[in-house]
Amino acid sequence: MELRKEYFADERKDDLKEIGQPRLRSDALGHVTGTTTFFADRNLPGLLHLKMVRSPHHHARIRAIDLSEAGRHPGVVRILTADDVPHNVYTILTLIQVGPEDETVLATDKVRWKGEAIVAILADSERAAHEAAERVKVDYEVLPAVLSIDEALAPGAPIVNEYHGQNYYRYDSGESRKVRFGDVEAGFAGADHILEQTYGSGPIEHAPTETTGCIVVPEGSGRYTCYTNTQAMFFTLDNTSIILQMDGAKLHMVGGTVGGGFGGKVDVIVEPIAILGAKLTGRPVSFIYSREEEMQISSPRAAEKLVIKDGVMRDGRIVARYVKAYIDAGAYSRHSPYGAQKSAAHFPGPYTVPNVWVDSHCVYTNRTPSSAMRGFGVTIGDFALEVQMDKLARLVGMDPLEFRFVNAYRDGDMKAHRQPTEGAALIECMQEAARASNWPVSEKYLQMSSARREG
Amino acid sequence: MGLGLKTFPTLAAAGEALAASATARYLGGGTLVVRSANEGDVRFDTYVTASEQALTDITVADGRATIGAGVTMARIVREPALGFLAPVAKAVGGAAIRNMATVGGNLFAPVPYGDFAVALLALDANLDIDGQPVAASTFLAGRDTTHARALVRSVSFALPVDGTFKFAKASRIRPKGVSVVTIAAVVEERAGTISSARIAYGCMADRPIRAPAVEMALVGKARTAEGIAAALAVATEGTTPPTDAIASAWYRSEVLPVHLKRLLLSA
Amino acid sequence: MKKVPVQFTLNGEDKAEFVESGATLLKALREKIGDTSVKAGCQQGTCGSCAVIVDGELRLSCLTLAERCDGAAIETTGGLAHGEVLHPLQRAFNEGFATQCGFCTPGMIMAAKALLDGNPQPSREDVVEAISGNICRCTGYEPIIQAILAAARANSLSAA
Repeated sequence: MELRKEYFADERKDDLKEIGQPRLRSDALGHVTGTTTFFADRNLPGLLHLKMVRSPHHHARIRAIDLSEAGRHPGVVRILTADDVPHNVYTILTLIQVGPEDETVLATDKVRWKGEAIVAILADSERAAHEAAERVKVDYEVLPAVLSIDEALAPGAPIVNEYHGQNYYRYDSGESRKVRFGDVEAGFAGADHILEQTYGSGPIEHAPTETTGCIVVPEGSGRYTCYTNTQAMFFTLDNTSIILQMDGAKLHMVGGTVGGGFGGKVDVIVEPIAILGAKLTGRPVSFIYSREEEMQISSPRAAEKLVIKDGVMRDGRIVARYVKAYIDAGAYSRHSPYGAQKSAAHFPGPYTVPNVWVDSHCVYTNRTPSSAMRGFGVTIGDFALEVQMDKLARLVGMDPLEFRFVNAYRDGDMKAHRQPTEGAALIECMQEAARASNWPVSEKYLQMSSARREG
Repeated sequence: MGLGLKTFPTLAAAGEALAASATARYLGGGTLVVRSANEGDVRFDTYVTASEQALTDITVADGRATIGAGVTMARIVREPALGFLAPVAKAVGGAAIRNMATVGGNLFAPVPYGDFAVALLALDANLDIDGQPVAASTFLAGRDTTHARALVRSVSFALPVDGTFKFAKASRIRPKGVSVVTIAAVVEERAGTISSARIAYGCMADRPIRAPAVEMALVGKARTAEGIAAALAVATEGTTPPTDAIASAWYRSEVLPVHLKRLLLSA
Repeated sequence: MKKVPVQFTLNGEDKAEFVESGATLLKALREKIGDTSVKAGCQQGTCGSCAVIVDGELRLSCLTLAERCDGAAIETTGGLAHGEVLHPLQRAFNEGFATQCGFCTPGMIMAAKALLDGNPQPSREDVVEAISGNICRCTGYEPIIQAILAAARANSLSAA
């Protein structure tokens, strides 16, 4: 490892004891000996296996559910429906005052995405649960579905989620999260060039090697111990408490080791229904996604559509940036209203632009609900922004790295969100990147500093 | 009702057990059928398998090779007399899969799997089904109908002349991944022109297929960029590539001629 | 469900169990014998987290029926260390940051061991090929490749 200590040398005492030193991971010895305990690494007598009956349709009304044959199937101990769930309609971010509650734990009258949970089978063996799931009969009236942001926002589009009333999330700021800074139209009017481009991305699955799941043990004390690989322990605890209308003190959530998460294990999906199953049967319950479920059912990174319009001067200065961002939440909110808000907060990127206009929309479609994934609401925006930066550089005939030096934010610059920039290091990162990759950059850019502007 | 395994000493006895039960499946290396069971396929409840010696024999004699249906990809890689097939067998799965996956199973592997079957098709192999020879092309055409429950004992084919067998598998990750397109070819040349050609594709339909238009356009031509141009122009004729998580039908059609060209012009 | 007796050695120790006919080796090892070093990542043969060595060959325990392993010698990462003394692969993975979440690690080490058992001085290409059936979603593979090469070098030093 190499530390480049010449950058910010005056801002740091050079007495670091840990940074720059090789240190063994505290958990690696368990990993290499196979002794790390993941949630599924426990065998419990009398364990029941939970399998979910899921919607084969993107959008459908449920006319009737017939459980008679499944209920009689050998090995089946209990079948859970929406009627068994004390508080069946929830939304994860209710904990931070994001509403309305818009998602069913188990579907009632409607399914809004292909794979939505309808009925939970609890059986003595996985095989018996699979066999019983095949015997559940659901009568559907298939409804027209919207499978893209554009379809969802088209006039007359079918309503995906009635709890919202329209196919987008309504913030206290209106139909989008907004950033308004300077006068973007005046900026365009004075620009030498204008470039408008549209960028898009599809959903991305995290695909952790360990699938989402939990094992719940009913304890003699009346508490439920839930071994889970959640990445969001307290979201899980609090939402489970709300969904099951159960005192949080009765819920003993045990986590810690996650076999890959990347944001894919922050939703509260398996724990409430597994704990409910343990409560109603008095037996330990395991609910573990198959690989197919992990790929198709667990929430991916949202698909996004981004329209970026920039005004740029011949000398490389960006004088106006206009962004319309659309985040595809899928059928339910999960973490996406927050993701769309992060998206708004991220533009115009790490650049100082005097005139900025941002609208970021959270859109509902009949797709698998999307949620958190490594920098969600930001990563796709950065992809779009940096491709746009390269195109702008080409447009004005500049080197793409030098173009970024011209526009990089520096300490003291006012950001579009009206926070003065502090602790910027983009200039120095680019200087080091140029050095490490032998990318030729004019000397004047190598003399720049994030701490102050020239002259 | 759980699963069960029944092992028979002969393939014929296993065949009788399969015929007697619609909910029995033949178990070869397990990479297809155990996978189905793990994923919750409850349409079968019994694995049937046979321990017959011929299933794991490899015979190479008099210009012909016969490979038992139970021979694994790893065995093919290790078999010196089948060196030309080693790159094909190596293209199937990782090390563990190759120690399990069999020649017979590969014939049944659904798209985008089944790279070895593409090679067998190009080799114009015959399958031994109930003691009868069945052309690989006939078997593949009836794979989910007339031959859906066929038990293959072995595959056999004439050894290609040195240097005439070519194989390529395009994947989206390195060193290997699931197939975007797979191409196998046996191209013979005489006096500077192509005298015969058998071309087979994987992932250009729901099962391995031959490319008769390409084959016809190659015969009589030189194996040069100009000579194969007419064949490349009809590369996608008769294909119905799938769209799946690996690639779209459009993408497969676009890249097929590129890979076919590289393969045909390779040394 | 019909139970069948199965006997094999696991990391050199005799094991005898009744397993359900048709049960996978993965389930038998994890649920009957209690060797949870073998991980269920996909149960469809694509991830390699459940890889074990059966009679010297790398296999996927999720696609192998337990009753077909009667009489076999089975090795897992759970039995690789001798008491406190780590196998060179375990040491190299530990010291080389070749683990992050740790879920793929036992299968990855088995794939590496199967390689080194047959090819003590592999090239980088050999290593990449040997672990091409094992998925790691955290590391980007480079530390794993380096750890396996380091273990091979350590082996050759100790053999010299």
